[in-house]
Amino acid sequence: MELANTMIKKLLTMGAVLAAGASVAAAQMITAAGATFPMPIYQKWFQDYNKAHPSVQINYGGGGSGAGIAQLTAGTVDFGASDMPMKDADIRKMRVKPLHFPTVMGAVVLTYNIPGVSAELKFSPDVIADIFLGKIKKWNDPRLARDNPGVKLPGEEIIPVHRSDGSGTTFVFTDYLSKVSPEWKSRVGADTKVAWPVEGLNGSGNPGVAGFVRQTPNSIGYVELIYAIQSKLPFGLVKNSAGTWVKASLEGVTEAAAGAAKAMPDDFRVSITNAPGKNSYPISSFTWLLIPSHFSDSAKGKAITEFLKWMLTAGQKETSALAYAPLPAAVVAKEQAQIALIK
Amino acid sequence: MATAVQVRHQARLFDKAGDRIARLATLIFAALIVLAAVLIVHVLWVDSSPARHALGWRFLTSSEWDPVTEKFGGLPFIYGTVVTSVLALLISVPLGVGSAIFLSELAPPRLSGTLTFLVELLAAIPSVIYGLLAIFTLVPLMRIDVEPFLRSTLGFLPLFQGLAYGVGMLTAGVILAVMTFPFIISVSRESLLAVPREQREAALALGATKWEMTWDVVVPYARLGILGSIFLGLARALGETMAVTMVIGNSAAIHASLFAPGHTIAAVIANEFTEATGDVYRGVLIELGLVLFCLTIILNGAARLMIIATTGKGARR
Amino acid sequence: MNRLLRRKLINGVMLTLTGVFTALTVSSLFVILGYLLYSGGTSLDWNFFTKLPLAPGELGGGMANAIVGSAEIVGMAAIFGLPVGFMAGIYLSEYDDRAFAPIVRYVADLLNGVPSIVIGIVAWTLVVVPLRQFSAFAGAIALSIMLIPIVTRQTEQFLREVPNSLREAALALGAHKWKVIATVVVPAGSKGVLTGMILGVARVAGETAPLLFTAFNNQFWNTGLDHPTASLPVQIYMRATSPYDDWHRQAWAAGLVLIGLVLVANISARFVLSRGASVPRG
Repeated sequence: MELANTMIKKLLTMGAVLAAGASVAAAQMITAAGATFPMPIYQKWFQDYNKAHPSVQINYGGGGSGAGIAQLTAGTVDFGASDMPMKDADIRKMRVKPLHFPTVMGAVVLTYNIPGVSAELKFSPDVIADIFLGKIKKWNDPRLARDNPGVKLPGEEIIPVHRSDGSGTTFVFTDYLSKVSPEWKSRVGADTKVAWPVEGLNGSGNPGVAGFVRQTPNSIGYVELIYAIQSKLPFGLVKNSAGTWVKASLEGVTEAAAGAAKAMPDDFRVSITNAPGKNSYPISSFTWLLIPSHFSDSAKGKAITEFLKWMLTAGQKETSALAYAPLPAAVVAKEQAQIALIK
Repeated sequence: MATAVQVRHQARLFDKAGDRIARLATLIFAALIVLAAVLIVHVLWVDSSPARHALGWRFLTSSEWDPVTEKFGGLPFIYGTVVTSVLALLISVPLGVGSAIFLSELAPPRLSGTLTFLVELLAAIPSVIYGLLAIFTLVPLMRIDVEPFLRSTLGFLPLFQGLAYGVGMLTAGVILAVMTFPFIISVSRESLLAVPREQREAALALGATKWEMTWDVVVPYARLGILGSIFLGLARALGETMAVTMVIGNSAAIHASLFAPGHTIAAVIANEFTEATGDVYRGVLIELGLVLFCLTIILNGAARLMIIATTGKGARR
Repeated sequence: MNRLLRRKLINGVMLTLTGVFTALTVSSLFVILGYLLYSGGTSLDWNFFTKLPLAPGELGGGMANAIVGSAEIVGMAAIFGLPVGFMAGIYLSEYDDRAFAPIVRYVADLLNGVPSIVIGIVAWTLVVVPLRQFSAFAGAIALSIMLIPIVTRQTEQFLREVPNSLREAALALGAHKWKVIATVVVPAGSKGVLTGMILGVARVAGETAPLLFTAFNNQFWNTGLDHPTASLPVQIYMRATSPYDDWHRQAWAAGLVLIGLVLVANISARFVLSRGASVPRG
C-alpha cells in the first residue's frame, strides 16, 4: 500500500510538472488548516514568506480550529492552527505529539448590525451573558439602555449569530462567559462548540459570522477584531474586571497578556480571558500553531522550522497592521527554545 | 457506401478474437460502474460502523446534537431535510405539473421545445450559484417582505410564527423548489406527450372541454410518469448541498416555525466533516450520509421504474 | 350557474393558469441570468483572470489560480471518466445481453442520483486519507465518479439512434461486429456522443460539495496535482459567505464565468445536434 501510494504521488507530481509547465515549481509545499481567528494574518504571512522564499509555499485552508485539530489528527495537513489549546484527550489521539506555538494575540469583539444605530454600544459582562442565554431578548432592554444612555435602541428582537463549525473563537468567547457568569458556566460551559441556549444563525468561520451579521438587521455576533474592522461593522466596548469600559485594541490585548507573559507554562497552553489590568481587554486570547514534534519528511520539517523562526522575528512586525498584538518578548524567547524540539 | 467497402476490405485482416476482446473490454468498463456503486456502499457501511457500534440506529431518533460532549442525535438533520424537501415540492409540483400540461397540451410543438430547453437550462445551473443568488436576493426578500406577510396573514399557525430571519428552512425550501421544477417539468411533459392521441380524441368526442380532457384523461394516463418526475425532484431536493448550506442557517435544532434556521443532512456533512475528530463523530456523519444515500437510491429507483413504465424510456427492448 | 358555462369557465381559468405557471418557471431563468449578468458583469475585471487571491479583507486580487485549478480538476476528471463512460455506453448499446446490461443501466441511473456530498465522503476515504493529502487528484476522482454514469447513458442513447440498417449492411458485408462498431456505429453517432460528453463535463465543472474535502482550497498556484487546489465553485462558496464587499464582487464575477461556461456548453450542444432533436438528459 505504502509503495503504491508513493508511486501514485510520484506520477502525480510528474504529471503536474508537465501540466504546469509555465508556473514555477515550489520545492516545498506545505498544507495547513484550522482557526479562522488569525486567518488574515496567517495568509498575509504565508504570502509574504513565499515572496521572500519562493521555494516554500504554505497553503492555509482555514476551516475552524476544530478542523485544524481533526485534519492534523487524520494526517491530511502538515500542521494545524487553533485558538483553543488542545485538550489532553485530543493530544493522546495523535500519533505524533503536537507542540503549541503562540503566534499572535487577538481580541474577540461583539459586532452588531442595528439599523439606525451607529454609536459604539457598551456591553457589561452580565448583559453579554444574558443576551446569549436568551434572557435579554430585545435591543431596548432596560439593562442595555442603562449602559448606553443617549442611544436610541429599537424594540426589535436580538438575533444572535454563532459559529456552525468547531471554533477556537467560540472557545475564547464561552471561556470568557464562563468566567463572568456562573449560570453560563453551569448551563453551557466553554468549548469549541456549545449547546447555545438561544436560537440563532450559525455561520461558518469568522467570515461566515461577520457575513451573517452584515446581512441580518438586529443581529449580534462574536468575531476576531480584524473581521469587524475589515467588514466595516461596529463593535462594542466591554467592561473589564477592573470596571473600565474598554474598546478592543492592540494595547488592551497586550495588557491582558502581561500576566501570562511573565508566567508562561512550558506547553504554552494558557487562557488570558478576563485578565486583570486597568485597561486590559477581557475577551483576548493567544492563538496557536499546532506543529508535530516529528516530521518523517525532514526537508518539510526544516522548512517549517525556518518559517517559525521568521514568524517570531520578521513576522511579528506585520501583526499590528492587521490589529493583532505581537507576542511579548519573553514568549518569543521561550518559543525560540521550543523550536529545537521539532525533529 | 465507402465505409462499407472499407470494412469488407479490412475485415479479413482480423480474426474473430477481435470481437471477443471488444466485448470483454466494454464489459469491463460497464462492470466498473457497478463496482463504483458497490464501493460507495462499502465505504459508507464500513466507515459508519464505529458509529453504529457505539450508538446503534437509535441515534436517528434522538434530537440532541452536541459533538463536544459526544451527544449525537440525527433527528434535527433528518427533520430539516424532510421539511425543506416537502416545502420545495409543495411549490414545485403545482408549478411544474402545470407548466408541463401547458407545454404538452397547449403550446405549439416548436415553442414547447424551446421553452422546455430553457427550463432544462435551469437544471444545468450549478448549485453554488443558486446559493450565491439566494444569499443576496432571496434572503433579504424573505426577511423584509415574504415572512412578515406570512406572519400577518397565516400567523395563527405555528409554522409561520417567530422572528423573520430571512435565513432558514422556508428560504431553503423556496430555493430547492426552483432547483427541482426543471426535473418535474421535463419528465412530466414527456410522460404527457407519450399519451396516445386516441385517448384525447375519445374524450373530446364525448364533449369534454380541453381542460377536462387533460385533467380527467391525459393526466391520469400519465400519472406514473408524473409521479416519477416528482420522485426525481424529491431525490434531488433531499441530496442538495451547497445552495441549502448557504441559506439554511445551520442550526441543529427542531423548530415548528418555518422561518427558523435549521439544518439538513447534506449541510451538516458539508459543514462538519472536515472537523470531525474521532471515529464516532466522523462515523455519525457518514452514517447520516448513508441514510441520505439510501433515501435517494430508493426514490430514484422507484422514479426510474415509473418513468420507464409510462414513456418506455430508459429500458429499450 | 349554467353548467356548460361553468365548465367553460373552469376550462379557461385552468388553461390560463398553466400558461401563467409556464411563464413563471421559464422567466425564472431570465431573472437568474439577468441578475448574474448584471452583478457579474459589473464585477469582472482583468485582475480576476490574472491575479492570485489576497488575504481576507485586502482589496483586489483575483482568481487566476482557481480558474486553472478548476481546469486541472475537471480535465483530469474527464480523462478518467470519459473513456469509462464511453466504453460502458457502447456495451449497453451494442452488446445488450438482457442479463447484465439492464443491471448496469439501472445502476448507472442510480449512481447519477447519488448526492454529490456523499461522493465527496467516499473520495476523502479512498483517496485523501491513503495519500495523506488533499489534492486535485482526489477532487478529480470524485468528479469522475459523477461523470461516468452521465456519459454512459448519453453514449448509449446516441448510439441507439444510429439506424440498425447501417449495422446490418456492414455486417452483411462480412465485417466483424467490433469493426462495425468502431467504423460505422460510433462515427455515425459521434456528434451526439461528443455532445453528451460536453454536457457531462459542464455539469460536473460546477460541482462544489465533492471538492470541499478532496481538492480543498489553495491561495497559491497549484504546483502539483497531488496538492490542495483552488477551484471556482469552492471560491464562490467561500466568498459569498464572507463579510467583504470586494469578495462578494469576486463571487459574482466567478459566478458569471462559471454560468457562462455551463451555458455555452449547453447551448452549443443544442446547436451541434440536428434541429428538432431535444437534448437528452443524463
